[in-house]
Amino acid sequence: MKHLAVKFLAASTALFAIAGTASAHRAWILPSTFTFSGDEQWVTVDAAISNDLFFPNHHAIDPASILVTAPDGSAVEIENAMRGEIRSMFDFKMDQQGTYRISTAGGVSYFAGWTENGERKRWRGSLEQLKADGIDQKPGVEVSQAQRSNESFVTLGAPTTDVFAATGSGLELSPVTHPNDIFAGEAASFKLLLDGAPAEGVEVTIVPGNDRYRDDPAETKVTTDPEGLITFTPDRAGPYWLTASSEGTIDVDGAPMSQRLSYTMTFEALPF
Amino acid sequence: MRATITLAGMALLTSPAIAETLDIEIGIPRLDVAEYHRPYVAAWIARPDNSVAANLAVWYQQERRGEDEGETWLKDLRQWWRRTGRQLDLPIDGVSGATRAPGTHTISLDTETSGLKDLEPGDYVLNIEAVREVGGREMVQIPFSWPAATDTPLSVSGETELGDITLNITQDE
Repeated sequence: MKHLAVKFLAASTALFAIAGTASAHRAWILPSTFTFSGDEQWVTVDAAISNDLFFPNHHAIDPASILVTAPDGSAVEIENAMRGEIRSMFDFKMDQQGTYRISTAGGVSYFAGWTENGERKRWRGSLEQLKADGIDQKPGVEVSQAQRSNESFVTLGAPTTDVFAATGSGLELSPVTHPNDIFAGEAASFKLLLDGAPAEGVEVTIVPGNDRYRDDPAETKVTTDPEGLITFTPDRAGPYWLTASSEGTIDVDGAPMSQRLSYTMTFEALPF
Repeated sequence: MRATITLAGMALLTSPAIAETLDIEIGIPRLDVAEYHRPYVAAWIARPDNSVAANLAVWYQQERRGEDEGETWLKDLRQWWRRTGRQLDLPIDGVSGATRAPGTHTISLDTETSGLKDLEPGDYVLNIEAVREVGGREMVQIPFSWPAATDTPLSVSGETELGDITLNITQDE
C-alpha cells in the first residue's frame, strides 16, 4: 500500500483549530420520548447542530447520516425524514421490546492544511476524497483525522444493552447506569472506552438542556478514572447533552497523524 | 430494624396457622377540572432497597376493540414502570384492572390466596402512584413491618392526585 505523503502533525497544534470549529457548536439527536410502554410505538427525532440545547439555531444534521439499530441489532428504517435549514427530523417505529440506538454513521473525517502560492489552504473530507483530490500530494500538507460519534437511546419496555456492544474503534460508551434509567438526584455512571479499552483521564462534559432559560451554563465536568468510569448526579429533570473528546495519534496507510476523537450523547433524567 | 424483624419472625414462628389480611384503602379525589380522565394508579410493596416484593394493583385503560393504546401511558407511572412495570407481561390476573372513579377503593389481600403468602417477614414500604392524563402525578409511601398487625391503620394523605391512603394489617383468628 502506498504511504500517504503527509507530514506528521502533533496534537494540540493549529490544525485542531480547524477540526475544532465544528465542535464549537453542539451536535445533538433528540428523541421526542426516551422511555416507552406498550407493544409498539412511534418515536420522532430532531437532529441539529446548535449553540443552545436543544434549540435549533445553526445547522441541520443530514438525516441520511442517521442509523437506527433495533434491540436485536437489525437496522430500522427511518421514515418521514426531512432536512430543514437548521434542523432535521425523522420518525421510526419500534416493535421490539428493548433499547434502540440512534446514531450518526461513520463519523471519520480528515482535515488537511497546506500553503499554496503563499496562501494558506484548508480542506476537509474522507480519505477517499483526500486521495482522489490529490490533497495528500500537496506540498508540505499536514493531515489529521477526526472521529466523531453522536448517539441517543430510546427504550420500549425494559431496557436492554445489546446495542451498546463496543466496536473497538474510537470513543464509545458502555452503560453502567442505562441511559434510559436516569433520575434527577440519583447518581448515574457510565464507562468510556477508547478503541475498546477503558479510557482513562478523559474529560466528560454534561450539560442540561433549556440553557436558553438560564444564565448559568450549569455544566458538570468529570474525568474518567482508570477503569474509564464517570459518576455524576443530575440535579434536575430534563434532557441532557453529554460530550467527551480525546486526542491521540493514528497510523493511516503508513502515515502517522494526529487524531481527535469525540463522543456525544443525549439522554434524559426523569423526576423521581 | 433488627428488633422488628425478630418480632415479626417470632409472630410467624409462634402462630404459623394464623392468616394475615392486608387491607389498603386508596382515595381518588374528585377534581374540578375542564378535562378529567380517571388516573392510572399502581400499588406495590417494595423492600427498603426499592426492589419489588409484591405487585398489588395497576389500574389503567384496558384493551378496547383490540386496541391496547392504554398501555402507552403506563410508563407515566414512572416509578412503578421503572421498578416493576416494564418487567411485567400485562395484564396480570388479580393485579391489572380498569381505571377507577373518584372515591375510596379497597384492595384486600390475604396470605392464603394472594402473592403475600411468599412475603418474608421484614420491613417494607407500600407505594401508591397515580398519574392523570392532562393532569398531574403523585406518589405516596407507607412504611410497615410484615406480618406485625397494625394497632390502628397506618395512613398517609396525598395532596394532589391521591386522597387518603390507609394500610391495615389484621390477623384472622
